[in-house]
Amino acid sequence: MAGIVSCGAYIPLWRLSRGSVTKGLPGEKAVAGFDEDSITMALAAAIDCLNGIDRRSIDGLFFASTTSPYKEKQGSTIVAAAADFRRDILTADFANSLRVATVAMKLALNAVDAGSAKLVMITAVDCRLGAPGSDFEQSFGDGAAAILVGGSNVIAEVEANYSVSDEIMDIWRTDTDAFVRSAEDRFIYTQGYHKVVREVVSELTRRCNLAPKDFAKVVLYGPDARWQLELARSLGFDPKTQLQNSFLASVGNTGAACLMMGLVGALEEAKAGDRILLANYGDGSDAFVLRVTDEVNNLRNRGGIKKHIQRKRMIPDYDTYLQWKGLLRKEMGRSSPQPPSASGLWRERDKNLRLHGAKCRECGAVQYPPQRVCYKCQTKDHFDAIRLADKKGEVFTYSLENRGGALETPSVVAVVNFEVGGRMLCLMTDHDLSEVRVGLPVEMTFRRLFSTAGIHNYFWKCRPRR
Amino acid sequence: MESIKDKVAIIGMGCTKFGELWGQSAEDLLVDAAYEAYEDAGIEPKDIQAAWVGTTGTGFTGQLLAYPLKLNYIPVTRVENACATGTDAFRNACYAVAARAYDLVLVAGVDKFKDTGFGGLPIQKPFVDPGNVVPEVMFPTQFALFATRYFYRYGLSYEEGKKTLAKIAVKNHHNGTLSPKAHFQREITLEEAINAPMISWPLGLFDCCGVSDGAAAAIIVRSDLARNFRKNNDYVLVKGLGLVCGRRDGEIDADYDFVHAEETVLAARTAYAEAGIKNPRAEIDLASVHDCFSITELITYEDLGFSPRGRAKEDVEAGTFTLDGELPVNTDGGLKCFGHPVGATGLRMVYETYKQIQGKAGARQLNKANIGLTHNLGGVPGSFTCGVCILGRRE
Repeated sequence: MAGIVSCGAYIPLWRLSRGSVTKGLPGEKAVAGFDEDSITMALAAAIDCLNGIDRRSIDGLFFASTTSPYKEKQGSTIVAAAADFRRDILTADFANSLRVATVAMKLALNAVDAGSAKLVMITAVDCRLGAPGSDFEQSFGDGAAAILVGGSNVIAEVEANYSVSDEIMDIWRTDTDAFVRSAEDRFIYTQGYHKVVREVVSELTRRCNLAPKDFAKVVLYGPDARWQLELARSLGFDPKTQLQNSFLASVGNTGAACLMMGLVGALEEAKAGDRILLANYGDGSDAFVLRVTDEVNNLRNRGGIKKHIQRKRMIPDYDTYLQWKGLLRKEMGRSSPQPPSASGLWRERDKNLRLHGAKCRECGAVQYPPQRVCYKCQTKDHFDAIRLADKKGEVFTYSLENRGGALETPSVVAVVNFEVGGRMLCLMTDHDLSEVRVGLPVEMTFRRLFSTAGIHNYFWKCRPRR
Repeated sequence: MESIKDKVAIIGMGCTKFGELWGQSAEDLLVDAAYEAYEDAGIEPKDIQAAWVGTTGTGFTGQLLAYPLKLNYIPVTRVENACATGTDAFRNACYAVAARAYDLVLVAGVDKFKDTGFGGLPIQKPFVDPGNVVPEVMFPTQFALFATRYFYRYGLSYEEGKKTLAKIAVKNHHNGTLSPKAHFQREITLEEAINAPMISWPLGLFDCCGVSDGAAAAIIVRSDLARNFRKNNDYVLVKGLGLVCGRRDGEIDADYDFVHAEETVLAARTAYAEAGIKNPRAEIDLASVHDCFSITELITYEDLGFSPRGRAKEDVEAGTFTLDGELPVNTDGGLKCFGHPVGATGLRMVYETYKQIQGKAGARQLNKANIGLTHNLGGVPGSFTCGVCILGRRE
């Protein structure tokens, strides 16, 4: 029986206190850094999910989000390249609905059952924008989750599922809207969220002949803590013991990632034999019954939710948040970056996205960027590619650059020496200035350098290893 | 391969004031520098048989020089080798004359940066990067990588390191006040230098040379013809020339230490060998080194063999390189205060050495100036092109 083989998550480092937007409001929300977006966060979750599994064994990468930075260009190809997956895999973007992650999951399960794929990874991610001053601005958070679907070594079997499609204008955006729109609260809740999830859960549990008490956990999409609680209760669950935390108060409603992040959280605590009910919502509802297996005990090493919730830094103020989200543009001083050449990007995609260096077959020297003539022994065209994205490094030297008007001042420019050999000059991110020093242990992280002329330019930066 | 020693001589030089020369175009600067050189050499423009012009941002082809000077349909080569441009242009001119291809040539260098519309050098990635993923860092940041590692490697606390660098800045500022053509002519204190606003940590405002306009020029002939041109035979001989082009190893090789420039060591080795210099510190009377940043000068003391590895700080403390010291360095204020119109800098260094050897350096004249060295460094730590030139008095 197909099911979940592994899972992971990613929550950005940064938090915006709700009080810095509106005085007196409690709690905080997770905010993607100025160099992050749905693609970079999806990749981070995918890597967290992979931990230990051979990347070459993945047969598909699904990218599920309502906030892909491109409207006509696959986010999944970029994520698959940065994850250094094979070329001959199925990449697919799932968009336009809050429930796309479970749609993707269903199709991945079907593919595995049909034998057309052995392992399919689904990344669910969102960075939705609420209009300044709105409730959505307060409740939305940025985050990502990833699950790996497969047929063997399954940690949670999918025993059953049921879905309905539902046409309703409750929450939506057009193709040119920056901010999410919504209809009246009472309408959304009673005719949308509550009614449709209830319909699907009731039918699924009836077909399986299961009652609420048979489940250790119910994981629900959560637009609002109170709504989620009321729904759980009306379905017959005990919110205190059975309702999985969706991290709404500490991270926020992460849209297409929300349900999956809840699932990852549930799996982090689950015991073998537990049944978990999963119910997503958005233009309909998908529900699944999962049965946790003995294999879940191998999951404990994943970073997932716990690690990321604890790692946090506060955004200094609302002004900074507005600038990072592009809602407030300040004069930048110097000209914007040169648009990258499309042919240059294409020719260098292994070097840039997969962070491939070259290891000389003759003398073993690792060199980045890849060379044709070895810098050490001068042998020509005799190399193996080596992935540096997952290799540990250390800061050899650095400086702090004060470029007036940049989104980040000062920026940390570091020379990183890799443990496996080789080095590179790169920017640092997610750091505190006080911790930057020669010898700082670092790891590489996939980020967006800048966007210009309609091109989002992705590359790797280093960040302190924790 | 033959040594250049004593094969060619400089019979005339010119150098404009360096600075923010809003009222002067690149053409104005080249005319001023070249005509000062013609007058100094006692020649006329029609005597020039070939020319070289060095620049990094102020024009293409030899027409940059031929147009304002109305050169007479002669060969003109445009040279670019980053900050080593001036020395490389000079070098090429020397070899052409030594090869007896021409008897009398002109070499000039110029850059006009103050028309760009912003302060600071245009941020240029030293190398082609079509995907634009390599961080676009300013030159101060590139050289700050030197400073961070130097402090770490040799156990200097931040305060000790800053103070050592500040002393170099103070020295060059002082020398600048004695140098009428220098861009900056004011003293600074140690405290001002240490506490100046940060540009790229740990380098502050006074650790970084400014951006200047300027031009310089030289007239070169075969040494056996030199006595025909100068009444008191005070032409200056080229004793040694070295140029080494790096290959970005420091960027790729994790063993590159970021506390020395191999290209300087090797270029100096060639120049010293040609000039017959065995103990640079003892035998060289003055040196102009590439102090684009204070840390560069500190490291260059070691790379040129003036100070032992890791111990240049002791010489800075002892005042070895001040105007009154054992081996004065950057007697005219250096890049820091004379200024750095990149294409002209290598030639400006030759100009100062030439004037010192002739006894014409005015208030900053050294008592002993028989052998002088210029050191010109283009590129960034990890990948430089270095030109070293040794000049000497006619024996």
